[in-house]
Amino acid sequence: MVEVQFRFRDDEVVADPAVTVDAFGEQTNAAAVRIEPGDDARALLPHLERLKLVEVNFPAFTDGRGYSSARILREAGYAGELRAVGDIGVDQLSHLKRCGFDAIAPEVELDPAEAETAFAVWPQVYQATGDNRKPIWALRHGK
Amino acid sequence: MYAYDQYDQQMVDARVAEFRDQTRRRLEGTLSEDKFRPLRLQNGLYLQLHAYMLRVAVPYGTLSAAQMRMLGDIADKYDRGYGHFTTRQNIQYNWIKLEDAPDILADLASVEMHAIQTSGNCIRNISADQYAGATPDELIDPRPYAELLRQWSSFHPEFLALPRKFKICVIASDTDRAAMRLHDIGIQIVKNEAGEIGCAFYVGGGMGRTPMIAPLIRDFVPLDQLITYSEACLRVYNRYGRRDNKYKARIKILVHELGKDEYARQVEEEFAHLQTQGIEPPIAELERIKAHFTDPAFNTAASDEIDLSNADFARWVRANTAPHKAAGYAIVNISLKPLPREGVAGIPGDATADQIRTMADLALAYSFDELRVTHTQNIVLPHVKKADLFALWQALVAADLATANLDAITDIIACPGLDYCSLANARSIPVAQKISERFADAGKSDAIGELKLKISGCINACGHHHAGHIGILGVDRKGTENYQLLLGGCEGADTSLGQITGPGFNEDGIVDAVEKATDVYLANKQGEERFLDTYRRIGMAPFKEAIYG
Repeated sequence: MVEVQFRFRDDEVVADPAVTVDAFGEQTNAAAVRIEPGDDARALLPHLERLKLVEVNFPAFTDGRGYSSARILREAGYAGELRAVGDIGVDQLSHLKRCGFDAIAPEVELDPAEAETAFAVWPQVYQATGDNRKPIWALRHGK
Repeated sequence: MYAYDQYDQQMVDARVAEFRDQTRRRLEGTLSEDKFRPLRLQNGLYLQLHAYMLRVAVPYGTLSAAQMRMLGDIADKYDRGYGHFTTRQNIQYNWIKLEDAPDILADLASVEMHAIQTSGNCIRNISADQYAGATPDELIDPRPYAELLRQWSSFHPEFLALPRKFKICVIASDTDRAAMRLHDIGIQIVKNEAGEIGCAFYVGGGMGRTPMIAPLIRDFVPLDQLITYSEACLRVYNRYGRRDNKYKARIKILVHELGKDEYARQVEEEFAHLQTQGIEPPIAELERIKAHFTDPAFNTAASDEIDLSNADFARWVRANTAPHKAAGYAIVNISLKPLPREGVAGIPGDATADQIRTMADLALAYSFDELRVTHTQNIVLPHVKKADLFALWQALVAADLATANLDAITDIIACPGLDYCSLANARSIPVAQKISERFADAGKSDAIGELKLKISGCINACGHHHAGHIGILGVDRKGTENYQLLLGGCEGADTSLGQITGPGFNEDGIVDAVEKATDVYLANKQGEERFLDTYRRIGMAPFKEAIYG
């Protein structure tokens, strides 16, 4: 298993092996699942209660479906660990965090100093994406 | 015009810093070209045949004089003294060094400009009607909506790795001057039966190798749901757009394969969900933006009279000006399609650094500090007092910018083609020049009247050949450049796609074929018919016969 290099949660790292979305539906006790780009994240919505970890795989950083998967889960109220895994570079870090990921396990370990710069790249943000950052329009209008 | 506040400025400054860091890592070698490529593309930086090309965003085609002046200065400082205005209302520089790119972005940021998302598989610069805020035929100025969309789409974290590029256009007039239905999303601001302003969404248009006219997906989206509905359109595309084949990855293919009704249904479902998520900026934000687009202080006593005793001036006024909503004012088009001088015509869309600065000065003197870039690769001064037209024209003549050929056969749209572009199969520029040279005689061009001719150097259709009354597509046939002829395309309110006449031609052959097509038109023209009208009435057959018979 690839190491989680960045984590923005205080609880224990979930060590349960993640099963596929198909297998998850059949295994009533599984608490960790792995979403591939072609999977429908909404298939998990009836089971959010028992989920502790959702891994979202990015086989190639140019395939952005995982960003939508992440937001769909957070919008549905999923509060467990949401972990991005796969082909992730420093230049994707801030986007992942903004879409609701709170754990990131890049295939190849990233330079910590460069990662720190990357997480801090946007002083403000234009959109509301459910990551608790106030968008610029809210700051402008005191919302 | 829109002016940045501290937040907008912080965002472009942050982008400059980010790109400077990415470029440093690339030059040091810690970032591979494979990983760097999508990043530099989202900053408008392409690697072309000879050098890097930088595409600078001109949001909804609107520029101040200071911004225009900066574009001229950049051409001098970092390029070879010229720039190329594009069919997406942007400007490109063709001879850029990678190590200079961060400094250019910093220079741009100093005048509230950027190159954000002018390329790559993301939401591109938002385009709009170049006559916005000036034309009498619009419902309302569409640019505030485009600016709202610009901010929403800038660095939107969910939509930076889409299946393919994504182009949005906003208009507010039934006279579509921006090829709205040939965009991934075309938005027309409309009024419903209750008299409320809202947006009609057309989704899934585009050119490229599979041209499609966008179908209407929703006839009315209330203004306070514009962003939410756009986000729903994008999310369905991001999740389900094809990623197995880059030639089938545009949203037009998704909409076509699902059918527009099924796509619309999925968007409605996502829209209903997203409305619970609080992602829509308040109407107060739209009002804040709108306040930047109020009318300039028009002189209400300005005269409508124009002294047309100078024949060349009169010809230019007839060809290159359009009616303005304010009495005593006109919209002025500056053609960047110069006719031949000493036998050689200019390059469509190109302007020298000096010409760019001259246009900036003229905008300041005569057009309330405002210019527009058009998708036909010309420049507009939107608010010129009729009484100033003669002085303006004289200044344009002196700068070699007074070509009187708007929408004429010599007002050609052409992509950079094989002279610059690494995707091209054939050259576009020399064909445009030869056609311009063939038809340069004013009598000939005047007799033909409005004829929109568009040339692409490959199937990707950056030169909009599908939408030309006459379109030319350059292809590679067994190692030689070959040009196909299309007739009957149109990008206006009555959008249509051109049809190929038959076998292609070599460079001289295509110019002859264009001339034969115009001869058929002139022989068959009835009354005030334009080329396109005659073609639509008599069909392809007589043209084919003349061209191949």
